[in-house]
Amino acid sequence: MPTLTRQVSRGETGWEETGGKPGLLGYLRTGMMPHLWCPGCGHGIIMGAFLRAFDRLGWDQDETIIVSGIGCSSRVTGYLDFDTLHTTHGRALAFATGVKLANPKLNVIVLAGDGDLAAIGGNHLIHAARRNINITTICFNNNIYGMTSGQFSPVSPTGSWATTTPYGSIDRPFDLCELVRAAGGTYVARGTAYHVRSLTGLIEKALKHKGFSFVEALSQCPTYFGRRNQLHNAVDMLLWQKEHAVNVRAATRMDPEDLRDKILIGELYRSEAPEYTEEYARIREQVRQKAREGDLVQ
Amino acid sequence: MAQVKKKQGKVPGIFINRRWCKRCGICVELCPKKVFTTDTLGNPVVKRPESCVWCELCELRCPDLALKLEGE
Ligand SMILES: Cc1ncc(C[n+]2csc(CCOP(=O)(O)OP(=O)(O)O)c2C)c(N)n1
Ligand code: SF4
Ligand code: SF4
Repeated sequence: MPTLTRQVSRGETGWEETGGKPGLLGYLRTGMMPHLWCPGCGHGIIMGAFLRAFDRLGWDQDETIIVSGIGCSSRVTGYLDFDTLHTTHGRALAFATGVKLANPKLNVIVLAGDGDLAAIGGNHLIHAARRNINITTICFNNNIYGMTSGQFSPVSPTGSWATTTPYGSIDRPFDLCELVRAAGGTYVARGTAYHVRSLTGLIEKALKHKGFSFVEALSQCPTYFGRRNQLHNAVDMLLWQKEHAVNVRAATRMDPEDLRDKILIGELYRSEAPEYTEEYARIREQVRQKAREGDLVQ
Repeated sequence: MAQVKKKQGKVPGIFINRRWCKRCGICVELCPKKVFTTDTLGNPVVKRPESCVWCELCELRCPDLALKLEGE
């Protein structure tokens, strides 16, 4: 088996001058930093939450494969000092499914945007959930296609402005968490960049969960979504998240009327179901056994 | 959200990596204790470290991983 060597970090990081001890540096390809995300882009906050969650688990970087698609969010794999796959638009979960089936012992994690996972990659998402394959997916949901300069996505709120909805979107958005749950995912949670501490906890639980786990992480794109939707900067967008997110437990005690324009955050769903790679191993063993006994029906 | 609690009268060292910081203003605006201010170029500057309650929110919310709190 060829061994993959991780990219060696190169260059000065800027931390040398501060005298501070850098956090999370061991997980970063520091030669690639600073990252290309715009000032205040929420993707960096979610990347940080993911790394802190991973760090808490103490898992081995070399036993972990991180897969992304295409988009600003999907650029995340370029910064992470893991074995990473930066794949084609929408196909992160297809590649990840292949990796996981080839070597089920690896931790396989998908990090990608709402456009990537819910539009072009929507079918991969529902089928990965249906199979309950042990992959953790974190959707960096900024409600827009950031990389290609602001087209609307299947989760852009009705009425929101995008370059492709110059008079406001008339589409009804997906509730991605409901979608994944209905498709068969067994761990579903939502968090926001503002509520980064609880988001980190949700990601940690999703990573530990056996089966298909999905975390919708609300991000902010000040450059394309915010600027055109009366949220003028990253701080305004984070405060919007603060005002509109309600913890799912607190919501049970609230008047449905007050919840109408709110977004539920927290662990939304958890269940158990047969995991795909285990089922695959089982059926393979069954067939081998039959072949050994000579009664394999062709 | 965890309770904002002061760790027994201690304050952390607050370090900002100028090469990574993009001056988004998140630490400055969202610090509950208004520990930061900005210089004329918009760079965050630690102005009132003694007010810090070590909630870590600035470090956790920094999109550029450019801010680090340190101390026991
Ligand atoms: C097959 C294909 N179709 C379209 C594109 C163009 N494209 C690149 S990124 C992107 C959308 C990105 O949106 P999202 O996944 O939400 O990520 P964001 O940039 O918002 O983080 C599109 C449509 C592409 N690269 N490949
Ligand atoms: S365009 Fe939007 S999503 Fe892309 S890096 Fe800038 S703020 Fe982030
Ligand atoms: S930890 Fe950061 S955000 Fe919290 S009080 Fe101190 S400086 Fe402000």
